[in-house]
Amino acid sequence: MRPTPNLLHRYANPGQFLRLARALQPWLSTGAIIFLTVGIVWGLFFAPADWQQGETVRIMYVHVPMAWLASSCYLGLAVCGLLSLVWRHPLADLAAIEIGPVGACAAALCLITGSLWGQPMWGTWWVWDARLTSVLVLFFLYLGHIALIRAFDEPARGQRAAAILALAGAIDLPIIKFSVQWWNTLHQPDSITLTGAPTMSMTMLWPLLITTIGFTLGVAAVIFARLSAAIHESRARQLMARSRLNRPDRSAA
Amino acid sequence: MTRKTRRLWIVIACLACISSAAALTLRAFSSNIVFFMAPSQVKAHPPAPDRTIRLGGMVVAGSLHRITEHDAPVNSFNVTDGQASVEVHYTGILPDLFREGQSVVALGTVQKDGGFTASEVLAKHDETYMPKEVAEELKRTGKWDPRFGKAPDAASWDTMTAKKTGG
Repeated sequence: MRPTPNLLHRYANPGQFLRLARALQPWLSTGAIIFLTVGIVWGLFFAPADWQQGETVRIMYVHVPMAWLASSCYLGLAVCGLLSLVWRHPLADLAAIEIGPVGACAAALCLITGSLWGQPMWGTWWVWDARLTSVLVLFFLYLGHIALIRAFDEPARGQRAAAILALAGAIDLPIIKFSVQWWNTLHQPDSITLTGAPTMSMTMLWPLLITTIGFTLGVAAVIFARLSAAIHESRARQLMARSRLNRPDRSAA
Repeated sequence: MTRKTRRLWIVIACLACISSAAALTLRAFSSNIVFFMAPSQVKAHPPAPDRTIRLGGMVVAGSLHRITEHDAPVNSFNVTDGQASVEVHYTGILPDLFREGQSVVALGTVQKDGGFTASEVLAKHDETYMPKEVAEELKRTGKWDPRFGKAPDAASWDTMTAKKTGG
């Protein structure tokens, strides 16, 4: 076996990736279960109610992680697109196929939970402000990516088109992030920033951080499992094709 | 230049083009992307009387008046951004979060007398997440009155509430 040239291509070898995935999988799943149980129970039962929002504030413990995951999964898609277009990384396209639906679910849940919060708090299910609209665009980008990457009979063509879409759509990520600062929106500005102190009570911030870590680990576990399954599937397909080649025309004989 | 570096530069060039196109588009449309106008903007550049706009700002403490007319609540209140204030008239039920000192967004038209007739009022939540007990303690000790503006920094809540209970 050839020595692995650099970090970028070490996990281009599917076998290497499968070994990594097998080693990480139990840690990711166990971590996700522990963090999610602690975070959800803390957030839903022990964290204080907000003085204005009341109990409705607890939607945040799902909404914020979903918003974070929808953005980071899309960033993952864009990185896969770059790896696939420039370096022809063999795993990048498989990863893009598997990340897409997970990110789309996160974006959908983010929009749904936000809508459920908006109705009692703002007095409306939906407004066309910059933050809400840019997240809706992200959801449609996911749907487009999911459809495009499966749209061609020749998979490589669909994968290249989808990689271009993922890279171009990445423009939406900074728009989502900064929409609440650049324009006045109905959506509130960020409570947690890198530069300033959080404008949220620590008794709410801790469960929020823990559920965010929990959902992130869970989604990582799901993506690793999906990607491993996809690699196994393509291997099985290759083996079947090869065995058909080695035993030609048995039915004809 | 290897093929990989050439592909990388093509991708970088395309991304730079797309992002500058997006930035220019957003800049050109920024007045339409803005979800609401502040009272001082409305005062400085009054929109045409038939044009529907969104007016956003804080409800002035003590300015809310409700009367019932033909079984419908008629509300009038002033909305300010600290520089100018506009009187808003709204017939209908206000959202739960509506209160004096709250930020709101009203959809409607500017009248000839400078008042604002709203067809819809939305409450705008800010980025402060404060437990009920902290808010009640701050209000009880008179350290913060929600009718007169934003809550103090979250970092100061512990000391502000602990001082009272400790002493």
